[in-house]
Amino acid sequence: MLGEGILKGLAETAKNFAGSFVSAERMTTVQYPEERIAPVEAARVFPFLVYDGADWEAGMRCVACQICEKECPPKCIYIEKSKDKKPDALGKPQFYPAKFDIDVSVCMSCQICVEVCPFEAIKMDNEFELATDDRFGGLLQDRKQLAKSNEYYHTIHPTEAAEVDARLAAEKTKAAADAAAKAARPPAQAATPAPAQKPAGGGE
Amino acid sequence: MSALESSSAIKTEKLEGWNRPPVIEPDGEGELMEVAMGPHHPSTHGVFRMDLALDGERVIRLKPVFGYLHRNHEKLGEGQSYLASMPFTDRLDYICSLTNNWAYALAVEKLIGQAVPERAEYLRVILGELTRVQNHASSIGFLIQEMGASGTPLMYAFREREKILDLFEGLTGSRMMCNYMRFGGCRVDASAAWLDAVRKVVAGLPGFVDEFERFLTSNEILMARCQGVGILRPELAVNAGVTGPMLRASGVNYDIRKVDHYGIYDRFKFRVPLGDHWDVYDRYMIRILEMRESIGIVEQALKDIPGGPVMDQKAKIRGLRPKPGEAYGRIEAPKGELGFYLQSDGSPNPYRYRVRPPSLINLTILEDMCLGQNVADVVLIFGSVDIVLGEVDR
Repeated sequence: MLGEGILKGLAETAKNFAGSFVSAERMTTVQYPEERIAPVEAARVFPFLVYDGADWEAGMRCVACQICEKECPPKCIYIEKSKDKKPDALGKPQFYPAKFDIDVSVCMSCQICVEVCPFEAIKMDNEFELATDDRFGGLLQDRKQLAKSNEYYHTIHPTEAAEVDARLAAEKTKAAADAAAKAARPPAQAATPAPAQKPAGGGE
Repeated sequence: MSALESSSAIKTEKLEGWNRPPVIEPDGEGELMEVAMGPHHPSTHGVFRMDLALDGERVIRLKPVFGYLHRNHEKLGEGQSYLASMPFTDRLDYICSLTNNWAYALAVEKLIGQAVPERAEYLRVILGELTRVQNHASSIGFLIQEMGASGTPLMYAFREREKILDLFEGLTGSRMMCNYMRFGGCRVDASAAWLDAVRKVVAGLPGFVDEFERFLTSNEILMARCQGVGILRPELAVNAGVTGPMLRASGVNYDIRKVDHYGIYDRFKFRVPLGDHWDVYDRYMIRILEMRESIGIVEQALKDIPGGPVMDQKAKIRGLRPKPGEAYGRIEAPKGELGFYLQSDGSPNPYRYRVRPPSLINLTILEDMCLGQNVADVVLIFGSVDIVLGEVDR
């Protein structure tokens, strides 16, 4: 019969229309911004810099090695290395970023900076409402705006953050053991360079 | 409609004159009208222009004009490291970023002789086939939309695509720009919970395809508009280098998963659907059948996915310096043969980086399919090619 196919299709639509009133599965949309779906754990939007402790400037893990700046595909990271050094989490004096800017309008959320960072210093945020009314300065985030605490990292990516913490703790105990071994050795041998100078993570 | 696994013998008696586009003579009454369709025509999936010469409603000439979305992809690839090109491949065919990742990873792996662990191969197959399902669903939705069914079939397709994109987001962190595969495996491992979520979605997909077919396949309007329209003869398709569902709808049995044996496709049982009318309706039907085959492949892969690492322990991600040489990696992307050609001169950046995009090459025969047809059918034929302008212009 001519028109049978059309009627079958219309019946399908009617079924879906009626179903959307009774079955939650048929009602697939969410009324943003009143209703929100929580971002998934793997969600990645824009990078931030992790710091330990309470003071963002003292606890910043970044040592301004500039690997992320070099590897960033759209080249949206700008780093200036400091002249002096400050002690890092292991107590070793390290450079720190005097300037660390990321341009929101250029970043393409690819996560390559996170993958190449050997110091677990840069991670991905899941905050996606980054709109601003200032399209120049407002879109360029400096190191103070980028700095977020390790606790915050734990709230957005709990599994990943726990793994990172375990890795860093293992390195810390290893470094402490190395230092103890070095101190225990006679002073004549202590002059030889210690082998455990590789950066954490072994990303290179 | 379409015979499964029929022979690929090309009917040679139709050969004469295939290489000359048919000359359509105006009927002599009135003048030809030249129309620029696009670049802002809603049916063009982006920015694409067709310069048409019309005699009344009939198309006498059609000249495709590309390049409005040119983003310098290949030259960018030559100016940066191998790893840094990976996120840019997501942006070629932005509907199927994971298959783009796969093709590029395959090319680099060939270049440096990198092995891929078993589990990563399975994950690639699962993700690649899910990508095919969501691409075909949305491309059929767009095709019907261009026919004038404003929205409804497309919304059905997008409802299903949404579920698959949620899976991608759960694993890779991004819905469309996945940036997931690496040289020597995949970036992160899939959890058991994620695999269960895939099983749940895949269990619902055959029902969706059935619903979609009840909704469309026997619809008289769709048949009247599609059957016998935009015929692409197999000889022309082969000579023009057309690949993917377009070629198979023209009855040529060529699927790179079967002929190139890349990845672990030899382990799965699936059939290659072929068309025998070579028209728009066959292209629609081939996509429906390919969705069903892809669902079967994902089910098989989920059944025997092994444990183990997803990344080769010796794989080097940063600071890759391949020995001088060249490699071409190709896969059966949802739209056709997607290939990456890389030439290394020993430096950290590729010396030559070339993409063989299925969309561009499938689009080159648009004029041959459209000559003598009505203007309304041009939109339909164009939709049945299934292109993404990000990949055409790069």
